[in-house]
Amino acid sequence: MSIQLHRDDDASKLGMWLFIFTELLLFAGMFIVYGVYRYLNPVAFHLAASELSITAGTINTIILLISSATIAMASSALRLKNKQLTIILLLSTLFMAFMFMTNKYFEWKGKFGHGIFPGSDDLLRLGHGDTLFYGLYFFMTGLHALHIVVGFILISVVCYRVNNNTLTNNNPVLLDNTGLYWHLVDLIWIFLFPLFYLIP
Amino acid sequence: MDKQDNNHIIPYKLYLTVLAGLITMTIVSVGVTKIDLGNLSVFVAILLASSKSALVLVFFMHLKFDNTLLKILVTSVFILVALVLFITFLDYNYR
Repeated sequence: MSIQLHRDDDASKLGMWLFIFTELLLFAGMFIVYGVYRYLNPVAFHLAASELSITAGTINTIILLISSATIAMASSALRLKNKQLTIILLLSTLFMAFMFMTNKYFEWKGKFGHGIFPGSDDLLRLGHGDTLFYGLYFFMTGLHALHIVVGFILISVVCYRVNNNTLTNNNPVLLDNTGLYWHLVDLIWIFLFPLFYLIP
Repeated sequence: MDKQDNNHIIPYKLYLTVLAGLITMTIVSVGVTKIDLGNLSVFVAILLASSKSALVLVFFMHLKFDNTLLKILVTSVFILVALVLFITFLDYNYR
């Protein structure tokens, strides 16, 4: 006996977009908090921001952009019924995500090594503005990193399912939606990067 | 909904071209921090970030090939968020 499963790809995609909108509002709220505190503590924010490594930020930006391109290309490869290339592209995306987190790990480790982490004595001694800047820095990049971890798990599931042929060009919507999520993570970083690393 | 739209296959080359554009803009945005533009530097940084996100939305997130409903929905939500941010900062600036 075969069961006819109901499937609506357009609705799935719309649902994913609605979720993306809520994520957008979450981060937009934090951007407002950042903007207002920066406006109130311009000198402290300027000095604290110049402590961040632009090189590390730039490398991570480029890593994320490449990973976005590879997962987008995986959607095309799946539709062209090229299973091997789809898996290679998904694994490259996973590798990029791993590299991003490694880079982030060393960046945070460096800050922790200098005694800068939420609630540390050194940070409290630096004053109100620095506490705010680093509080927002750790919270916003931390929440973004959490999204990377979730994306990593999602892409792993997609990769596993492409490999055992339960996700093919007949039902590519899980790959497409995972791609949308990954691009959202990229989008947020596109704004976090200039905000924390570039704006003087 | 048009079935054709959903199964549109974007050539790899287009993705690579977009990626090249995104990386170029990233390098430009880092480069302009070396130049002292005063108050304009914030504006330039946000302009470049917005252009980059537009490229990601239109090509990587497939909007160019999606149905009209989704196009209108996404555009209006982004405009709404931009307006909320803009009006908040306007309020703070002239308080």
